[in-house]
Amino acid sequence: MPEEKTQYFYSQAVNQALDEELARDENVFLLGEDIGQYGGAFGVTRGLFEKYGHKRLIETPISENSFTGLAVGAAMMGLRPVVEIMFMDFIALALDQLLNSAGKLHYMYDAQVSVPLVLRTPGGAKGGYGPSHSQMLSSLLLGIPGLKIVAPSTPRQAKGMLKAAIRDDNPVVFIENKRLYPTKGELPEGEYTLPLDKAELLSPGKDITLISYSAMSLVCLAIKEAVLSTGLDLEVLDLLSLQPLDQKSIFASVRKTGRVLIVEEACKTGGVGAEVAALIAEHCLDALEAPIMRVAAADAPIPSSLELEKYVLPQNDDILRAIKALRDY
Amino acid sequence: MQPDPEKLLSYYERMQLIRLFEEKLAELFASGLLGGTSHFCIGQEAAAVGLLAAAKDTDWVVSNHRGHGHLLARGLDPARVMAELLGRKSGYCGGRGGSQHMCSMEDHFLGTNGITGGGIPIGTGAAFALKYQNSDNVAIVFFGDGASNQGTFHESLNMASLWSLPVLYVCENNRYGMSMPVERACAQPRISARAAAYGMDAAEADGGSLLEVLQAGTEALKVVREKQRPFLLELHCYRHCGHSKNDPRVYRSRDEESRMQELDCLKQCENMLLQRGLGSEAIAQARERARLSIELAAKEALKAPYADSDYAKGGVYA
Repeated sequence: MPEEKTQYFYSQAVNQALDEELARDENVFLLGEDIGQYGGAFGVTRGLFEKYGHKRLIETPISENSFTGLAVGAAMMGLRPVVEIMFMDFIALALDQLLNSAGKLHYMYDAQVSVPLVLRTPGGAKGGYGPSHSQMLSSLLLGIPGLKIVAPSTPRQAKGMLKAAIRDDNPVVFIENKRLYPTKGELPEGEYTLPLDKAELLSPGKDITLISYSAMSLVCLAIKEAVLSTGLDLEVLDLLSLQPLDQKSIFASVRKTGRVLIVEEACKTGGVGAEVAALIAEHCLDALEAPIMRVAAADAPIPSSLELEKYVLPQNDDILRAIKALRDY
Repeated sequence: MQPDPEKLLSYYERMQLIRLFEEKLAELFASGLLGGTSHFCIGQEAAAVGLLAAAKDTDWVVSNHRGHGHLLARGLDPARVMAELLGRKSGYCGGRGGSQHMCSMEDHFLGTNGITGGGIPIGTGAAFALKYQNSDNVAIVFFGDGASNQGTFHESLNMASLWSLPVLYVCENNRYGMSMPVERACAQPRISARAAAYGMDAAEADGGSLLEVLQAGTEALKVVREKQRPFLLELHCYRHCGHSKNDPRVYRSRDEESRMQELDCLKQCENMLLQRGLGSEAIAQARERARLSIELAAKEALKAPYADSDYAKGGVYA
């Protein structure tokens, strides 16, 4: 019997990345609410305070804009802060420093400074958290030049990309997902990083391309399995990087299948999917055999009621219906 | 601390340089050579020069939207500051930054900032880094009375005090946030009193008096450096000009303005120099040197070329 490889939670993978980077570079420090002994609202930083102490793990008052701004100032001076924003919805409170400082300083100060800052935050609904604790605000940040935005969906990606993000000289928004924290996967042995600008073909197929990111990528994989018996072979492309978008991988997949469904948890209007669809229309219209389709959240806040939540968030049935429409077009 | 008269004369010359720089900008605006907007610090020159004279050259400075005085007081080249305002390649930020977004890392100047209160956490972060790196340098953050109502002011002072960060917060209270009088914007119009809420030491000084600013700045920086504690210094100032270039100043009387003109920091400084035995000729010579320097700066900046389209669209990522 071959020995089974250890499976790690997504949250453990993030924790390992932080641990390894804290150990590797003393300029790296963590900043955020309740990230010390408490271990962070979702337990991601558990154990790190005991290991690295007060100097490297800074527990902040509830002052998102100013501790993000403080991280920007520290980054300009050569440190490598990793900020945790407890829920992605709270990014609104830090938006001025993200938009007007982190994203702009390198450009507007003519490359005299760089802002090597990582802002980690869990987006997405977990079920019942309600309007101010559930949104996937990925597309909100797309219009901010100067930021890199990534949203890994597996423990392996999360660890490798977070390590790369911490080493990158630009501000990186690292979107985690409350629903992904308890998911498991294998991790490569030893030291590794993953690129911040490449999509990953999670599963090749030939009939329809499903493009997604974060937790919805796993949903798309499950859907692929579910429809396999009907004879449909879906290709699942995980964007991973939302800014920049890996156009080459997107176009290659579209040209292969000719049919595209974009699936995301953010609102449909102005979503990441809208940008991806526009790019495909601009560059691959000749290869399309059916209209580009999108499944996304309704343009509504996320209601607290579990019963109501499912009407707003994209459901498996919505995806299956779209797949059927694409197949039959 | 009693600086020698020659030193004081050099500070006066720096103040004149700033005044004449701003007046030259007004001229360039009027003749259509300068676009956008600009916030002059006419009347507040003693605050910038006195405070930065009290600092070490290696202390880090964060400024706000009204930053030309801070830039020139720190010793940046007026020709390159002017070129930046004119959007030229030779400017400190190649024309990308302009008045409110100008930085010079070699001068330990972390930048002017176009968001009211936006620089306060950045300066606090610089102080955090200096402490983290066991540096002897401190951070100095300039802002106005208007910014003291931003959350960043309160949040940053709280964190700086909690974590004993070496940062001097300098509030240049020039009585108006754009058109809004400080009494109508601040429930506690004594900005320095707000430090008490954060367990922080504070002081006030006459921002129109070079000597008072020098002394208050020196004492405050001693606390920051030696005790590794933050400090809030409120400097009472008056901007003789409007908020920005298009301000008709309807919110205050010409009578008030002429009374304040009598207390102008340059006039005060000239009287002080005369009292200390410097001749009016020496003062006139200093003024002339400043004038020539600005004339030259403007001439040089106006001749400088612009960067190109690749430069405008590129360089977004490090």
